[in-house]
Amino acid sequence: MSVYIVPIFIILLLLYASYKNLNTYNIFINGAKGAIDLVVSIFPYIVAIMISVALMRTSGLTDLLTKAVSPVFNFLGIPSEVCELVLLRPFTGSGSFALLNDIFAKYGADSYISRCACVIMGSSETVFYVATVYFSGTKVKKLLYAIPCALIASLVAAIVSCLLCKVM
Amino acid sequence: MNKIWLLMMLLGTAALLVVNPSVTVTSMIDASSSALELCLSLCAVYAVWLGILEILEQSGLSAKLAKLISPLIKKLFPHANLEVQKDIAINLSANMLGLGNAATPYGIKAMRGLDDGSGVANTSMIMLMIINACSIQLIPTTTIGLRAAAGSSSPADIILPTLIATITACLTGIGLGLICNKIYSKIKQKRSKN
Repeated sequence: MSVYIVPIFIILLLLYASYKNLNTYNIFINGAKGAIDLVVSIFPYIVAIMISVALMRTSGLTDLLTKAVSPVFNFLGIPSEVCELVLLRPFTGSGSFALLNDIFAKYGADSYISRCACVIMGSSETVFYVATVYFSGTKVKKLLYAIPCALIASLVAAIVSCLLCKVM
Repeated sequence: MNKIWLLMMLLGTAALLVVNPSVTVTSMIDASSSALELCLSLCAVYAVWLGILEILEQSGLSAKLAKLISPLIKKLFPHANLEVQKDIAINLSANMLGLGNAATPYGIKAMRGLDDGSGVANTSMIMLMIINACSIQLIPTTTIGLRAAAGSSSPADIILPTLIATITACLTGIGLGLICNKIYSKIKQKRSKN
């Protein structure tokens, strides 16, 4: 179903715009122009976050951290096998998809662990990435409670995910 | 963000100093080049969506969309003016459709519109970030694709639990955000009284 939503949306939009006598071509160009500026302005933010994540991963600190928190996560109902995914997910999208593939290869795509991992992936976002990119171009230095709230919500989602996979 | 980044950089570099100092710079440059690759592909995606959504805006449909969900927007984002409300409306709807990459440029635009230049995020900005970081995903396309590729017999059977979990995340995020808003404005009031 989702395959059809976007094409239909684009057709309806173009039809509506031509009904309103708009120069769709010129408007498209005007909008698309903004892409380069936008990417140039978010590039340094993305570099900064990706460098720090790479250092944490290559130094093996994420593995240590995973071992350290896995008892706590186990207590909350999150199996040890998906702990690293829960930890890595807020930082990197591509990294956590790679990890998801590793989990499939190791435990089989239809196992409980893999299902948990899928639901965790689908119900969470790259929190730190969102925080850096969205605030790029603003003068904000203090995010107050924004990141903790988002992280707690993601953790709750992870706990619910593992619970749901047991019963569904 | 400043503190978290500093902590991660320090810990990571210090640990590499012990484990394998020679890869410190290469791993940083590797990360930077994958950031560049990511930005290049983002540029392509943004160009498509910014172009199409500009048509949405010029046709007046995004204003209509904003009006439709304006009660919700006004409640969650009290600092938003009419222009920003439109950006937020596009951002939220694109997110729900699973078009994260179409949502981002409008989220950034809205965030810039909400900025009051004080250096501290206001409650509307924080709410926008939280909702984007815990957004409802109707169909997790990428995950299903990967799972199918890994040889699953029913790759789509995670849709329902994912939907429930993602709604839980979103509601928890909004709830926490609203609670923290209240606590924060109370502390601020007390401070200004003293």
